[in-house]
Amino acid sequence: MSGDTRHGVGVSPGTAVGPVVQVAPPVRPPADEPAPADAGAATDLVLEALAAVAADLDERAAAADEHAAPILKATALIARDKGLAKAAGKHVGAGLGPAHAIDAAVEEYAAQFEALGGYFAERVTDLRDVGSRAVAAVLGVPAPGVPALTEPSVIVALDLAPAETAALDRTRVVAIVTEAGGRTSHTAILAAQMGIPAVVQLPDATSIAAGTTVAVDGDAGSVTIDPDLPLLEEQRVRRERRTAALAAVSGPGATRDGHAVALLANIGGVDDAVAAGAQDVEGVGLFRTEFVYLSAQTMPTVEEQADVYRKVLEPFGARRVVVRTLDAGADKPLAFAHLGEEENPALGRRGLRLCQARPELVDSQLEALAIAARDTGADVRVMAPMVATADEAAWFASRVRAAGLPKAGVMIEVPAAALRSRHVLAEVDFGSLGTNDLAQYTMAADRMEGALSDLLDPWQPAVLDVVAAACAGGAETGKPVGVCGESAGDPLLALVLAGLGVSSLSMAPSKVPAVRLALSLHTLEECQALAAAALSARSAGDARDAVRAAASEELTSVL
Amino acid sequence: MAQRTVTIASSVGLHARPAALFVEAAQETGLDVEIGRAGEDAVDATSILGVMALGAKHGEEVVLTADGDGADAALETLVALLSRDLDAEEG
Repeated sequence: MSGDTRHGVGVSPGTAVGPVVQVAPPVRPPADEPAPADAGAATDLVLEALAAVAADLDERAAAADEHAAPILKATALIARDKGLAKAAGKHVGAGLGPAHAIDAAVEEYAAQFEALGGYFAERVTDLRDVGSRAVAAVLGVPAPGVPALTEPSVIVALDLAPAETAALDRTRVVAIVTEAGGRTSHTAILAAQMGIPAVVQLPDATSIAAGTTVAVDGDAGSVTIDPDLPLLEEQRVRRERRTAALAAVSGPGATRDGHAVALLANIGGVDDAVAAGAQDVEGVGLFRTEFVYLSAQTMPTVEEQADVYRKVLEPFGARRVVVRTLDAGADKPLAFAHLGEEENPALGRRGLRLCQARPELVDSQLEALAIAARDTGADVRVMAPMVATADEAAWFASRVRAAGLPKAGVMIEVPAAALRSRHVLAEVDFGSLGTNDLAQYTMAADRMEGALSDLLDPWQPAVLDVVAAACAGGAETGKPVGVCGESAGDPLLALVLAGLGVSSLSMAPSKVPAVRLALSLHTLEECQALAAAALSARSAGDARDAVRAAASEELTSVL
Repeated sequence: MAQRTVTIASSVGLHARPAALFVEAAQETGLDVEIGRAGEDAVDATSILGVMALGAKHGEEVVLTADGDGADAALETLVALLSRDLDAEEG
């Protein structure tokens, strides 16, 4: 019979079965590492550790595919570098223990590369990876990061860094499970983007032995250890029924009675754009532009930016692409637009506030977008993040119009903007609810804090009240209001949002088919009744249960 | 001592992949090879970190030097390598 089933939070739909591969966290030198008694022996330890790392990377390169092999080989070359070994040896001579000596040598080179900027700065990640692996070898603990995958596997970690998630071998990762993380953590967003089933907040996930077979259900948020055949059969049947149901509807999103709700994709780069452009979506509801800037040490030129934007716009032809202007600050600091340390970055000078302090940032971005829009003929609509007041909305709209772009909008993610949407929306052409940040600011709960996952539940009635207030302002001004947070991708919540008056839903493309199915099975009036039921509930759980109970069984039987 | 001057052809400069190919070739010569900008301190051409820390950009001129038997022939090979756009040859 099946072993135990544990429950976490499902953040990316689908089911999968496979052996567990545990991802060890990065290793830091121990704070209490003693000074070496024998400098010669300590230096030997450093050299042996670096040689072992190089040999391991070479071995992985030999087994890797054509894309990963050159990267692993180049990383092995770093581990074998004479300069690195010499620098670490010098630190041992000066009295550092072997782990600290390796770390110090790595940081010296890292500082040089960061000063060079651009492509060179990007290599700092590889360098620190070598350092962390060598420190692990010195300490005799497992190497950090995702190990080489030899078969389709379920990746299990405390949490994954965005770079680790992005670098996963998609052909060999069947599911992702983390012990920490939250509904809106980067792992959750990237997994959904990649179409890999994922569960976060799974209790004791890191204690599941490597190699154990687990069944992951990204819809229910459950993980079953050593699943038995009946369970696997049940999952298989449900998967098939779901696939058939989803395949039966296609095209633009609409309720059963024909009320249009546009289904759009959230994208964060050129690869995403190419992938989403090939999908059955009506365009892009959120193009996050940060990737153009985050790895740069200096502001990219207008032409460099325009070049990237052209590549993102092209796959969508005449379909709409809603672009969010630079949302830097808080968890996404920029090397060239740093306004100094802040006590509370999530409430600090981020998003539009940063752009008001440094208007040249947003002006050059708008200029580049205008060039790319003209060159591709795309339907580009621009919106600003972190808008709180009508004055801020007016400031942004005037800059968008000055750049010659046709449509200006605002993200509604600050409760103030939602409550005063009547005045805020009067200044612009559209609004888009960023429900992740809206939940964070409404509930006063840090969205990166996994322990507060319950407060950040997008079904929290208070968050739905704020969404309803934003929609009321939209109805009054005749301006469309969409949703581009993760809640748009929850098929049941999507019905509530449509009932509240939302006119477009933007999500990871893998979530679109289930939302399309949900809409097609309900009339607008039914959606309005579901919205009323959710708003009158006492808690997030009650709201979800009430809507699930009242929704069409044709839908709930395949969720 | 043999010496050659060459312009970096790689469109992204001498960074990860082009740098790795260059360093591997330098290691294969078995000689003490150095690379640097004219009039500045040169770095060990067999050290990937040294070569990357040089930060040589596309279109920049660098000076290669080598000592020992076959130094001239070895530098010819390395000059030929740097004169190609190594990043454009991604397989």
